[in-house]
Amino acid sequence: MPVVTVGPATVHVDAEGFLTQYDEWNEPLARQLAARIGIELTDEHWKAISFLRADYPAHGETATLRRVSTLAGIPIKQLFVLFPGKPAKKMAYIAGLPKPRGCV
Amino acid sequence: MTTTDAAPDLVPDFGDDTPTGRKLAIICSKGNLDMAYPGLILANAALGEGVETHLFFTFWGFDMITKSRMHDLKFTMLGNTATHLPQGLGGLPGMTAMATHQMKKQIQEVGVPGVPEFLEQIVASGGHLWACRMSADMMQLDKSDLYDDVEAIISAADFIEKTDGAQLLFI
Repeated sequence: MPVVTVGPATVHVDAEGFLTQYDEWNEPLARQLAARIGIELTDEHWKAISFLRADYPAHGETATLRRVSTLAGIPIKQLFVLFPGKPAKKMAYIAGLPKPRGCV
Repeated sequence: MTTTDAAPDLVPDFGDDTPTGRKLAIICSKGNLDMAYPGLILANAALGEGVETHLFFTFWGFDMITKSRMHDLKFTMLGNTATHLPQGLGGLPGMTAMATHQMKKQIQEVGVPGVPEFLEQIVASGGHLWACRMSADMMQLDKSDLYDDVEAIISAADFIEKTDGAQLLFI
């Protein structure tokens, strides 16, 4: 499993670069990960990221866009603004979780 | 894979640096509940991947965007051998209602929304909905009969023009 250095941290990632160890994540790391993909985290971003982090252990998999929108109360449209292009994957990356595998 | 520290710059490729200009056109021609979902799910997936997506509703697919019908699409066992039940059963009174109810329940259980809510999500994700001119004329429907977020009633030729260069799915 590849190991990468993100700022002061050393973390385990999969072949694409998504973190594989839930406990290696922390907030400063999230800021670094976000910066790597051109996103500066605002309170709105944090709302989504915090939901994803809390939902993952409870739900057993990474929340899809629909789940984030419905349960965290962030409109889908806004998620596309916050995490442009591929919002579900970008959120998962910053939250240190696997890519969501749900279809909807 | 063995542990290595040889990949300090491994960052997922979200395609931001090299937009592909990829476009997807989906023609929805069926009004059965089970045939509505493939187009909606694929459109939603494509949008989530940053792909420009257009849906064209034609013939029976018009039911998906007709206000008076979109909440009430049905699933029938008739002519569908994939239910693995005797075909004769499908023709009994009440079977379509029962099969529809069961399918709606299963769809809901996997966290997938009903058709109108799904269209709302697709539009919120940047998807484009178009209605077929000939179908509207045949069924004597106009824009006011259709789901509000349908952008326009257009001809097949207009749709082909709008989706120049797109990959196309006919469902």
